[in-house]
Amino acid sequence: MASSSEGEMVIDPIHQFQIFDLFGGEKLGFLSFTNSSLWMVIIFAAAIALFLIGSRGRAIVPSRLQSLAEVIYDFIRKMVRDVAGEEGLRYFPYIFTLFVFIAFANLLGLIPNSFTVTSHFAVTGALALTVFVTVTAIGFWKHGLHFLSFFVPQDAPLVLKPVLAVIEVIAYFVRPLSHSVRLGANMIAGHAILKVFAAFATSAAVYGLSGMTALVSGLSVAAMVPLFALELLVALVQAYIFVILTTIYLNDALHMH
Amino acid sequence: MTGDIAQLGQYIGAGLACLALAGAAMGVGNVAGNFLNGALRNPAAAKEQTGNFFVGMAFAEALGLFGFVVALLLLFAV
Repeated sequence: MASSSEGEMVIDPIHQFQIFDLFGGEKLGFLSFTNSSLWMVIIFAAAIALFLIGSRGRAIVPSRLQSLAEVIYDFIRKMVRDVAGEEGLRYFPYIFTLFVFIAFANLLGLIPNSFTVTSHFAVTGALALTVFVTVTAIGFWKHGLHFLSFFVPQDAPLVLKPVLAVIEVIAYFVRPLSHSVRLGANMIAGHAILKVFAAFATSAAVYGLSGMTALVSGLSVAAMVPLFALELLVALVQAYIFVILTTIYLNDALHMH
Repeated sequence: MTGDIAQLGQYIGAGLACLALAGAAMGVGNVAGNFLNGALRNPAAAKEQTGNFFVGMAFAEALGLFGFVVALLLLFAV
């Protein structure tokens, strides 16, 4: 929420996504340490702490933290094996890292006053482009120039093949776009809607709706509780969807059709 | 409330772009409904299909969210 120059209160649900230099630099440069950078450091510290502490005991009957780490690990490993087969397990560390980073970014972003790293298309776009380049490189490395036949459907009529090949190539290059926009837009939409409901509560209090303040504020705060639960679900589901799509792309590159 | 006609068009356009989310809602509902339909008919096979279910949901949702992104671009980038 921000105040405009006239002193009138303006509800701005997008304000929370603003990036600023933590050391007060006016212009953002390549080396600026922004709030986004700070939260990425926190995400890495939290993820590393979870898995270091979780794997320290190595008990047969796991502690709570150990079983959390084991559940995440097993879940992603099983998904990779189901989708991409035994061969895909070579790339499991990369997919696991992606999942942990995105899940932690989404979940830590739900803490009030924190910053959601994955709400920026610069971040999700970088993740998706890395996946795109890696998967394409794996395809060419494994199949050589034969990988280009991936774009030509085998059982299509001869006349249709060139048209379908063009469509397939376009669809292939749109992948990183939809891959990144899906995650980023979900995060922006979820956080903006939470902020809108929170703003209802405060503006009802500020404008003093003649006795209705308690009702309006109470209703909007009550509506935020299920919305927040939904956002928790969305945070994990979007991380899962990002990595399952990565695995599907990887499977395409490894096994072609 | 003041502003010029370009701003008016911006806001109307952003509102219209959000109509895409109605399509996303229908798509996601369709995916979930059909999954439940199939899962109730053959509960034994349902467990292996949850991955496909999430992927189908993601595709349906993402195409609607493109409209949301267009609305954001209209509001903040034009």
